[in-house]
Amino acid sequence: MSVLDQAWELAPQVSVRPEPFGALLYHFGTRRLSFLKDRRLLAVVEALGDAPSARHACAGAGIGPSDIGAYERALARLAATDMLRERTA
Amino acid sequence: MSVAVPLVEHFARGLDAPICLTWELTYACNLACRHCLSSSGRRDPAELSTAEARAVIDELERMQVFYVNIGGGEPTIRPDFWELVDYATAHHVGVKFSTNGVRVTPEVAERLAQSDYVDVQISLDGATADVNDAVRGEGSFAAAIRAMEHLAAAGFSGFKVSVVCTRHNFPQLDSFQALADRYGAQLRLTRLRPSGRGADVWDELHPTAAQQRELYDWLLAHGENVLTGDSFFHLAGYGGDALPGLNLCGAGRVVCLIDPVGDVYACPFAIHDAFRAGNVRDDGGFAAVWRASELFRTLRGPQAGGACAACSAYDACRGGCMAAKFFTGLPLDGPDPECVKGFGAVRLAAVEPGSAPRPSLDHSRPAAVPVTIGRR
Repeated sequence: MSVLDQAWELAPQVSVRPEPFGALLYHFGTRRLSFLKDRRLLAVVEALGDAPSARHACAGAGIGPSDIGAYERALARLAATDMLRERTA
Repeated sequence: MSVAVPLVEHFARGLDAPICLTWELTYACNLACRHCLSSSGRRDPAELSTAEARAVIDELERMQVFYVNIGGGEPTIRPDFWELVDYATAHHVGVKFSTNGVRVTPEVAERLAQSDYVDVQISLDGATADVNDAVRGEGSFAAAIRAMEHLAAAGFSGFKVSVVCTRHNFPQLDSFQALADRYGAQLRLTRLRPSGRGADVWDELHPTAAQQRELYDWLLAHGENVLTGDSFFHLAGYGGDALPGLNLCGAGRVVCLIDPVGDVYACPFAIHDAFRAGNVRDDGGFAAVWRASELFRTLRGPQAGGACAACSAYDACRGGCMAAKFFTGLPLDGPDPECVKGFGAVRLAAVEPGSAPRPSLDHSRPAAVPVTIGRR
């Protein structure tokens, strides 16, 4: 199943700092720093916690079908590094 | 997801707040390492008080600085060390602290293992006592190993073993890795700088050109498993694959140093008036220094390539480390003393002995006698 079809939230130990280019993410548990390289990705990440799926969060941020692959990959990377946590209803 | 400006350029132009910073809490130290980058030994009477240190933490929280790298001197010597660590983590400022391990007792290790927000780096500059103690003082290897045993026994996995790469410990890279593995720790290798007392031992200890090349290959082979604090960005000049990290000098742009008396410097390796941006006790505190200092504004502007501008590697290495150049007497707009193309070595040969700038501060203990640590 694609990350887009699952529900996510930021891991509780992750801190987000918006920046002109996007945002910095820091995980206090793994001590990893990540970069969100554009503002729309930040909007997606911020919307994840209240969206039924990542796909909904992307749609809400105005991401169209031609761009969604890049966001899918970015979200998968964040999930693989524990920045995101799968949300169970 | 097109990005108009490469991410690294955003960092080169500076952020509104540092990503992290180094905070040397005290110049007092129970060791007297020969290469100490801050010439530590004696406490400075003007050290920040507990209240002043808390105020700095409050500011860092407001600025959303993710974490501080606490060092010294030996930070655990400060009587309020644990109080400040607790205060920082309670205010969402993570703590990584560097220690020689002398004071990491089983009780301390237990306490550290229980906190998610505190990370520890045990400094070790040899994988054997003879190599380590020649630089860090007699008994310091045993103390570091004891600390690692305590941390491992307490269940603290993933603490760091932090090694300054020298000509003498270079052959031990694999041994350091094995040592870190044995204690469930992660290896961190950083570059020797001619800063502080490091200037006095630079010629003797900095890696040879051949070692430096091997180091680059070794780091590439180990990838993200070995941390470097991004300190080997000058090796980008080799032109091969990029080492993990930003490969950028973050001084005054995304990192800086706060020293024990509150002076803010561009980086931990640049304790000299030429790189002093202000003091956290000034009006406006740390935030004003970070955002408005003339020095930091200059560092965030376009940098002159000087003699390096015509070199094919300049876009990758950007001329290397300014502190390494400064304290070896080289101009800032020229090659790094360890320039991978060998241009720095040529320039160094022409520097008049004794003409390089000295650190503005020296807290070394008067007689630099080797310190012996009693065995328990």
